[in-house]
Parts: sequence; structure tokens; C-alpha cells
Amino acid sequence: MSIDRRSIVKVIAVGGALMGASVLMPRIALAAWSKEAFEAKEQTAAMKALLGSDALEESTEVNLKAPDIAENGAVVPITVVSTLSGVESMSIFVEGNPSPLSAEFIIPAGTQADVSTRVRMGKTTKVTAVVKANGKLYSASKEVKVTIGGCGG
Amino acid sequence: MSMSRREFAQLLGLAGAAGVLPSTGFAALKHSADPYEVANFGNVRLLHMTDCHAQLLPIYFREPNVNLGMGAAKGQAPHLVGDKLLNHFGIASNSLEAHAFSCLQYEEAAVKYGKVGGFAHIKTLVDRLRESYGREKTLLLDGGDTWQGSGTAYKTRGMDMVEASNELGVDYMTGHWEFTYHQEEILKNIKAFNGEFLAQNVFVTEEALFSGAEEYIYDEDTGHVFQPYSIREINGARIAIIGQAFPRTKIANPARFIPDWTFDIYDGKLQEQVDNIRGTENVDAVVVLSHNGMDVDLAMAGRVSGVDVILGGHTHDGIPSPTVVKNNGGTTLVCNVGSNGKFVGVMDLDIRNGKVEDFRYRLMPVFSELLAPDAGMAKLITDIRAPYLPWLTEALAPADELMFRRGNFNGTFDQVICDALRKVNDAQISLSPGFRWGTTVLKGQMVTMEHVLDQTCLTYPETYVREMKGSELKLILEDVADNLFNPEPYLQSGGDMVRVGGFDYVCDPAESIGSRISEMTLDNGEKIDAEKSYKVSGWATVGARSEGADIWDVVAEYLKDRKVASIDKLNTPKLKNVEGNPGIIDYPV
Repeated sequence: MSIDRRSIVKVIAVGGALMGASVLMPRIALAAWSKEAFEAKEQTAAMKALLGSDALEESTEVNLKAPDIAENGAVVPITVVSTLSGVESMSIFVEGNPSPLSAEFIIPAGTQADVSTRVRMGKTTKVTAVVKANGKLYSASKEVKVTIGGCGG
Repeated sequence: MSMSRREFAQLLGLAGAAGVLPSTGFAALKHSADPYEVANFGNVRLLHMTDCHAQLLPIYFREPNVNLGMGAAKGQAPHLVGDKLLNHFGIASNSLEAHAFSCLQYEEAAVKYGKVGGFAHIKTLVDRLRESYGREKTLLLDGGDTWQGSGTAYKTRGMDMVEASNELGVDYMTGHWEFTYHQEEILKNIKAFNGEFLAQNVFVTEEALFSGAEEYIYDEDTGHVFQPYSIREINGARIAIIGQAFPRTKIANPARFIPDWTFDIYDGKLQEQVDNIRGTENVDAVVVLSHNGMDVDLAMAGRVSGVDVILGGHTHDGIPSPTVVKNNGGTTLVCNVGSNGKFVGVMDLDIRNGKVEDFRYRLMPVFSELLAPDAGMAKLITDIRAPYLPWLTEALAPADELMFRRGNFNGTFDQVICDALRKVNDAQISLSPGFRWGTTVLKGQMVTMEHVLDQTCLTYPETYVREMKGSELKLILEDVADNLFNPEPYLQSGGDMVRVGGFDYVCDPAESIGSRISEMTLDNGEKIDAEKSYKVSGWATVGARSEGADIWDVVAEYLKDRKVASIDKLNTPKLKNVEGNPGIIDYPV
């Protein structure tokens, strides 16, 4: 490798910040577009507000990576990768959270549909990744256990 | 299966070489053969120990009478106890090995056969198993939980055990309780360790990479904190040894000691690693040295292919012969070799034509009276202990009954700990973690500070007293029960049920989380109210550090006051849906 891991991480971090800025600014411009979705207390309501529907098709072309047991519920690493064509957005829902919508990533045309983030989880619950591609919603889900810990043998 | 149970049973059944034994219980047995005489087989010998929990001297250790398997694990190794285990593995009852592998007639047999383990005795056995096979054709692998569990390990931050492991000649190890010291201490210990410390499932966090972690981690590109695997050529065979540290370390133990590292089970990464090793390293055999726990190892063996042998630990299961697991690539042998220095596993492999053709396996109990202590190791142990002897040997109270811990629910020694917490800290209820380490004290033996340390010695020993609602108590019990009884092994965390003092409950292990625990009732008969607050005392908090006295001082104070080590009442749950389960015998209620 011509670039070491630390440099890559730094590049990604900087790139991520820039991407975040460019993604966020249109949101501000569009004002209320996601407020309702991010504030929804119930997952189906959040999906409808964000994506216009909660009719999801489970797909093996949506790959959701999440731990079986969270090492720290405050920062649970989640990765979503999709091999579908025409991906427009990828969003992450944590069913049992007070506000189930955790993140939405807008995927510009020609971009690899591969995102990683961390979500906060208060308790054991199902995490769902929704990929919007060519106007349709595809999903993958996984239950992530959050435990109080301790008592290890 | 190709392993010879009969051969093993014969060897151990005929215990006691004339003239070799000291004149204790064994001498009277008048056996004629040597139990440690092992026929050589194949071309590579792997010696395996695990979970000794820093027990340098011989100890007593009673195997559990409750080790329930739920779901698909019911009735399968390792979830067999007593005669169920003996029958499954074809071991004669009332024999030396019956005593080693089961809790049957424990006290009587313990008096007869004496103590087990001890590093000076293990050293003698290991050397003998190496010399008789050809030292250069053998490896000694340690599955971890070596640096914690005794007063001297606590005082030296694990360094005493690094020295003992070096003296023993450990070639490879992985870890779990090793990670309960601070990061920099762990790195220092590993540096002093003469063997190789392997872990393919411990990664540096990305935050830590920004703050200097690249200075010490093994591979900056992959993020491996430690060397993931090693290749060794032995007697013409190339063998890969992959390390698998305990994947739930930051959940089961304090994350605050190791903030920069992250652990998990990574089947995909392990498979990639195995495929890569097989594809590029020209190996004849792949071995995983694991601290997953046996249920997780069995599941992992079914999901990951290309591994010949998993040498496992964590769950402290002394299993006489390997479980053969079928997977996409063929089969994987899964072994687990008990705890506290009680056993050494001997895996002889016949490696030919680029693969493992056959094997022989024996799990050898280390009976201290049958093995002369190695002089060099004995001296090292004496030197290690010397500065702390007055502390370790303080007499607290004689045991008025058998004092033990191991088992899914409560043990007598844990009840003493729970009683001590309630009495000394003036609490209604006490909680004590269900660790699987902790040695056994026979009735009539003097309980010393060292025995109390065997049960309690960890790096976060502070006690607490706080108000807790009934609903919180239930939540804790449900959570721990799920870590133990969830039928999906990857959702278990190891350890046994949290021990309780001052109340009883009903437990249905077959239920799901939230529904296993019911009828929580105080010793005075009053039902525990979800909304009411109770004064609870406990220890070993994994979140923030507690403020109270160290648990061993609390227990010592209690025993000195009480003047006898005994219990008035065992707080252990009534069980539902365990009838006919071969993982339970002689349960008191």
C-alpha cells in the first residue's frame, strides 16, 4: 500500500466532513424536508415521512453490517453496502430508539453505495437499513443486543 | 471418531506407578501403571492449557453439578454433568478420571486423590510429554486467563504469571482477563512474554490511530493490535496458529482499562484469514487458539471452514474428547480443557500429504501427588510469593462445609461472599458475579486470605451499596440470564448466573429475555416489589469505579467475625423446564 491506514482514516475523516457539509447545506435550504422524519417517534411514521412509504422489499443486495452484541450502546458501528444499481439514498433505522431514524445518506449518481456510521442504541432492538434505488425501497435488518455487561467468566 | 477412549480410560484407570508416588492417598491404591505414560502418535504434538487463573500452587477444584445447555446445546458437550458426562464419554465411575471430570462423591474423592494443578507439577508433566515425543516436535499453547486470579498476579499486575509462563515454556497464547490491566501494562507484559501473543479479533479504534496507537500496534494497515497468527514448521509440517481473544472482553469486563481496542467475533475476517493462509503460506494444518468459550467455538466451527483444530477455553469445560464439527470445508475438532491448571490437553496430529490425516487426543488431569514438582519452577513460585506471604496465608476461619463456586447458579463460597456483603455493608440484598474461576476448599480446611483471593481477585474489586428498585434488580437478573441461556451462542457472554443474597427467585432458562425470572422473594417471605427501593450491595462494577472497600477485605472481616466459614441458607433459584436435562444433578431445590 502506498498510503498507510492512518492517512486513509484521516483522508476519510476530512472527506467525510466535507461531504457532510455539502449534504447538509441543501437540507438547510430545503428547511423542513427531514424534520418530521427525524423527530418521528415510531419507525413506520419515520419511514413514511422520509421515504414516502414503509413498503420495503428485503434484498440480499443490501448488506447491513452490525455487531451481534454492542460493545458500547452509545456508539454502535453500522455499515451499509449495496450492489443495487441506481441507488439514491441509504437510511438507517433503530426501531427501539425514541426517534428511530438515525441517519440518511444521499448517494449521488456514480458514487459507490458504501457508508459507515455509528448509532446510539438504548436497548436491544432491530436495526434496519433501507436503500432507495430507482424509486423503490429495499432493506436488510438485524437485531443488535445491548447488554448491561459484567459478570464475565 | 478415531480417538481411543478405551486407551485413555485404561491409562488413567491404572493409576499410580510403584515407587514414584509419595506415601499419601495414592500409595494405598496399589496400581501398577503410570497414568502419564502416553503412546506417541503422528508427527506433531500440541499441548494445550487454558484458564489457569494464576493458580501457581496445587488447589482443589470441584466440577459443576449444574451446567445447563438450552436449545440445540441441551444434552451435548459441554453441557453434561456427573454420571451423564461419565456415561457419554465412557468413563468408569469411582475412578481417578471420574473424579477429575465430575463432581460425584467430590469430597471423599478429593481427600483420596489430593490436589490438582500447580505450575511446578504442570511443568513436570509438560516436560515429560515433550521429552517423550521429541521436544522439537511439540508446541505448548495457552488459551489465556493466565495473568489474573491470585493475590500475586494482582500485586505484580500479571507479571508473576508472565515469568511462570516463560519458565513453563509457553509458545503461544491469547487472552481475556489479561485485558483487565491497563493497556500499557498489557503491552509491557506481552513484551516480557517469551512466546507469541496472538489475537486476530482485536483491532485498534480509529480514534486511537489519531493519538499515537500506530507506535505500538502490530499492523497499521489492517488495524490488528496484536499479531493475528503465526506459522511454525515442526517436524516437516507447516502449521498456522491463529489467536482468537475473548470477543466480549469490553462488555464483560471494564472497557475503561482498554479504551483504544475493540473486540468481536468476525467470522468473515477469520474465514478470509484462513483462506489467505491456506492460499499463500503453504500450510499443512490450521489451528485456532481460542478464548471464545465452547458453545461459541462449536458455532464458529460450523460457520468457518478450513480450521483443523480449535483449542478452546473460557467456559472452563474439562471435556475428555473433542467434538467433531462438520462444515463446508470438512471437519473441525473442538476441544476445551477446563480451568485452574487442572488439565493439560494432548493433541497428537498425524500430518501427511499436506493435511491432518488422523489424531489422538487425551485430556490429562494434573494430579499433583502423581507428579513431582519441578525444582526450578518451585523456586520461582516461592520467590514470587515471598513478599506477599503474610497477606496470603492469614487464617480467617475453618470451613464447616465444602466451599465451592462453579455451577450455573449459586455455590457455597459465593453465598459466603453474598452474606458478607449484606452483613458488613448492612444491605438487604447482595449481588456477586458468576465467575467460573475460584477454587474449592474442603470441609475442615482453614480458609485463608489466599482462598478468598482465589474467588475475588480482580483489578476492579471495589464494593458498592446503593438503592435499587425491584424492577432494576429484575432487569439485571434477566440480562445476565440471557447472557448465559440465550440459545444463540454468539449472543452469550460466558460466565454463570449472578449470585444473589437475601432473596430467592424462580428461573425458567427455556424462556426468552424478560420472561425467565419471576417470583423474586426476600428471605423474610416478602415479595420484591418492582416499584419499591431496596438497599443492595455488590462488587466488580464494570462501568465506573465503585467507592467501597475491596471485596476480599469485606469477606475477610466477615469470616473473622463469624469464626467459621459456613452458610445458613443457600439463595438459589427454583428452576423450571430443566427436568431430564443432563446438565443438572443433585440440585438442592
